[in-house]
Amino acid sequence: MGTTLLWITVFVVVPYLFVLVFSFLTRDPDGIVTWTFTLNSYRGIVSEVFLKVCKNSFMLALGTTIITLVAGYPFAYFLTRIGERVRRFLILLMIIPFWTSSLIRTYALIILFKANGIINTFLLALGWIDEPLNILYTQIAVFIGLVYTLLPFMILPLYSSLQKLESSMIEAAFDLGAKTRHVIFHIVLPLTMPGIIAGSTMVFLPALGLFYIPDLLGGARSMLIGNFIKNQFLTTGNWPLGSAASVLLTLIMCLFIWVFFLSSKRAHTNSMENAA
Amino acid sequence: METLPIVRLQGVTKRFDDVVAVDALNLDIYQGEFLTLLGPSGCGKTTVLRLIAGFESPDKGEISMNGSRLNGIPPNRRNVNTVFQSYALFPHMTVFDNIAFGLKMKQYDKNTIREQVFEALEIVKLTGMEMRRPHQLSGGQQQRVAMARAIVNKPQVLLLDEPLSALDYRLRQEMEIELKRIHRQLGITFVFVTHDQEEAISMSDRIAVMNEGRIEQIGTPIEIYEEPENMFVAKFVGEINVFHGTVSGVENGHAHVDIHGQSFRVPNRKKFAYGQDVRVLLRPEDIIVTLDEGVSAEGPSLAGKIEEVIYKGKTIDLIIALDAGETIFVTQFFNEDQADVVFHEGQRIHVDWPYGWEVVL
Repeated sequence: MGTTLLWITVFVVVPYLFVLVFSFLTRDPDGIVTWTFTLNSYRGIVSEVFLKVCKNSFMLALGTTIITLVAGYPFAYFLTRIGERVRRFLILLMIIPFWTSSLIRTYALIILFKANGIINTFLLALGWIDEPLNILYTQIAVFIGLVYTLLPFMILPLYSSLQKLESSMIEAAFDLGAKTRHVIFHIVLPLTMPGIIAGSTMVFLPALGLFYIPDLLGGARSMLIGNFIKNQFLTTGNWPLGSAASVLLTLIMCLFIWVFFLSSKRAHTNSMENAA
Repeated sequence: METLPIVRLQGVTKRFDDVVAVDALNLDIYQGEFLTLLGPSGCGKTTVLRLIAGFESPDKGEISMNGSRLNGIPPNRRNVNTVFQSYALFPHMTVFDNIAFGLKMKQYDKNTIREQVFEALEIVKLTGMEMRRPHQLSGGQQQRVAMARAIVNKPQVLLLDEPLSALDYRLRQEMEIELKRIHRQLGITFVFVTHDQEEAISMSDRIAVMNEGRIEQIGTPIEIYEEPENMFVAKFVGEINVFHGTVSGVENGHAHVDIHGQSFRVPNRKKFAYGQDVRVLLRPEDIIVTLDEGVSAEGPSLAGKIEEVIYKGKTIDLIIALDAGETIFVTQFFNEDQADVVFHEGQRIHVDWPYGWEVVL
């Protein structure tokens, strides 16, 4: 307990306090941060550009969450229904990519997507397309990149939640005359809601902040919150503005976690009202 | 029983990989009876239940209900309901919603559902608990909810998979009586699975003793207990002492069996032949113990020594080493005529039994 607290203090709380303090400081013309309190950074954030970046990010993160959920759920369910050996093998396949930096894997996606890349070459060879598809440096590429990178983070919590679901629950529902869709919506989904919420949180929140995927796959046109923050620190050198954006992003994430938390509690109380 | 069976299994075989769980099994289940499938774990009794429920499909053979074939019909279209061993109550629903689930699936209107759920709650004596969650209930109460959730659908057959195994002794006895009452009250056919022979004997109309995917014997509790057809049934149901003997004579309807040089006269129901090796089985409570200094028993009796005396309250259990080498287990009820008889370890005694109380196999 003590070491956990120390760990959190050193690696989470203290760095975060730096960010919080920086967001209220002034940047002098040379780009050096000085000890003068100001709210200018926050005023600077509330601009049309930043709001557009926010909206763009949220739509992309939301889309990524939905796709990973819809694609990951059946796979996670499948994992709980198959033999031990096949399951271990499939989980291994899912984990192997983690042994490579996700940055390198994103570069690999470029090789797939680019005009003379593998996908286009293949489709051209098959004669399905006449000219190369324009995938790289579009929102689609960013989207695919996010889904690819974050899918395991959706599957693993779903899998652990589905594994805890006793098969007798499903059998009991069928026994009581439920059709497959009833079993899914009345039993399986509500009972695995914790996994759905955990998985969605673990996909949605990183999707907001992953800056290198839009950077590499989306090109200059695709600006997300993560890129915006990164640019302030590394390109523009406006640390207070970057800090302010970070603080805002954190607050928004807290809000989402709170909403997820409430929705998970509501899922539990829903059926109470039905009986009344 | 000449009526048509409500459920009939004919030559049903079910394999899991290389293991034969149910082996060419025939079973008729009749309207309104309380039938128990009794056997050790792995004997296939739960598989039989799951085959009737529709969770498993037979590799061979036919299951029919009311004369029509059940094979291939999914569980949600069979007029049977199951009480699961772990209860399988839906944890995210209240007691009310759990019980109402089946009725909602049948799309009954709200008032009917309410009415029937409360009726079911009354039958299982849980009125007032409808707003609780499963985790707020004791084991016994969860068991009752599981019952209510099944019976509210008015199934033709209720399947119960070791429903009492998770309860402690006192509660189990209470629930045994409750289950019998509910069975009488509803008139539904109950198919009950257990490995507990006491449970089976005290509740069932008929018991099917199972072993290795087959039915060893099927009959009333009295038949199963008093007339076991083979060694498996004899040993699985209750305690039993086994004496090895040889048929030394056959006369009209009787046989003489020699046990340790003494000849016992037994009814020859199974038509044993002269010289045949047989086993003579005796329940602990059927054996009579006489003290050496008492009046010597007429006819044959086996001599021995009391090894251990176990006081049980309403009975005294004795472990007796016979001079011939066997160790037997005897239960003696307090006998008012012998109130002054006190058994103690090391005592010399003779054992005997009333004519015809033994089972010869």
